[in-house]
Amino acid sequence: MTSLRIFFIGGLTAYRGLINWLSPWIFVPTLVVSPIFQILLFVYIGRSAGVQSDEFFVIGNAVQYASIPCLFSMTHVIEGERYQQTLAYILVSPAGRLPLFLGRALPVIVNAWVVSVFSLLVTGLLVGIDVPLSAWPAIALVILVASFSCTGLGLICAAIGLRVRQTAVLDNVIFGLLLVFTGANVPIDEFPGWMQAISDRIPLTHGIEAARDVAEGASLADVSGLIATEFTIGIVYTVVGYLALRVMEYASRQRASIQIA
Amino acid sequence: MSVLRLLWAGWIFHVKSLTLSGFFILTSVLQPIIFASVAYFMFRAGARPGTLLYVALGAGMMGIWSSTLFGSGGAIQWQRWQGTLEYCIAVPPPFLLVIVPLTLATASIGLYSLTATLLWGWIFFDVPMEITHPLAFAVALPVTVLGLGLLGLVLASTFILYRNANALSNLLEFPVWLATGLLVSLSLLPAWVGPISWVLAPTWGINALREAAIAGNPWPEIGMCLLLGAVYLVIGHFALRHFERLARERATLAIA
Repeated sequence: MTSLRIFFIGGLTAYRGLINWLSPWIFVPTLVVSPIFQILLFVYIGRSAGVQSDEFFVIGNAVQYASIPCLFSMTHVIEGERYQQTLAYILVSPAGRLPLFLGRALPVIVNAWVVSVFSLLVTGLLVGIDVPLSAWPAIALVILVASFSCTGLGLICAAIGLRVRQTAVLDNVIFGLLLVFTGANVPIDEFPGWMQAISDRIPLTHGIEAARDVAEGASLADVSGLIATEFTIGIVYTVVGYLALRVMEYASRQRASIQIA
Repeated sequence: MSVLRLLWAGWIFHVKSLTLSGFFILTSVLQPIIFASVAYFMFRAGARPGTLLYVALGAGMMGIWSSTLFGSGGAIQWQRWQGTLEYCIAVPPPFLLVIVPLTLATASIGLYSLTATLLWGWIFFDVPMEITHPLAFAVALPVTVLGLGLLGLVLASTFILYRNANALSNLLEFPVWLATGLLVSLSLLPAWVGPISWVLAPTWGINALREAAIAGNPWPEIGMCLLLGAVYLVIGHFALRHFERLARERATLAIA
């Protein structure tokens, strides 16, 4: 019962306390307007280069933009405790680490899902993509799984944030790499083999592919393999992220560096 | 002469200071490389290899804009956080002459982006590196940086009125990349975007660089960059004076 309270209430409280994005003055420019323009930029580059359809770029970039809340929020809900000078209190508390850390991930996933679905809807209407109404629930589900999967990567970044100082740089770099490697803008089979190997093992790649397939008329059953792969990747990254957090916590205790980067 | 010395010393100081920032350097170098790589793949798949230098220059300019936007947009706020804003205002030279070198430095740091994308494209994507008019290119580059730096002055002096300057910077990054035709031909965009692009220095700067590098006559674009720079300087001057007067009247210099 206590673990559930820590997971749900603790997670939400930490999220509300640490993420200043919840202010509309930051949320709207960063998570509402920016993804729309990122998508439009790539739609127009695609038109300029004469490759792929608008739908390809709209779906790819909308799902990929879920990585901004996943990476930045997830990193900050852990690392932000240090800036607030509260990390030591959190880590000396008897609270179970699993609900403590993973509870913070839940609002991140919801936020990423909202951002991604909203930008997909708006840009879809703006550029006029043709996605059947019946496909939207399945696309929403795919985006939810992709958001979960990418939050696992965010958990790894959060763990790194316990050791390094400039996590914003790290998150920006990873966001950029996801932009390249997930196939959001370039079909994976255009990449050299080593890039394809990386693409297959990172969050979002399979989610983007599944969302595109669903938009083209595939059923949820048709893309169940892709969704399962995306979910499995999410589980792996979450487990690695959780273990990394425990290792970093242990290292911070040993070095007496919990409050300092 | 003392004005020039002040500008030069301020520019050198801020370039060195920004170069020590891991955030700035990584963002200036890696982000444009990533965008350039995506664009190279896309244009290559579109079977238009002749446009790769066009893409490389555009991606480099994206980095110059980002570093100007984030550097200049938060310039006064940073001085405030570091506790140096009062000194910058209180020194005998006008505040404008203290801030201009900083905004010019943020644009200059963007040259890392241009260099990085050109080298990246040349090494990994076989982007041709022949510059058709080297002299014009050598003139267009500093003029473009000057134009963007002075646009940065307008950003610095107006963003200060908005508490979350970083969010405003986030808001303007992609739209300006799009509206100034850095990777997309302006003719593909809706007609109403045209007038917006005309008042933005990156539009003329990238056109000047492309005309000089690929083919054409870059001098009209270079002239437009200089003209817009002069306009930005006037706007920045009045905006900064307004900010300074308000801050003194309300005694809010050190607080947001």
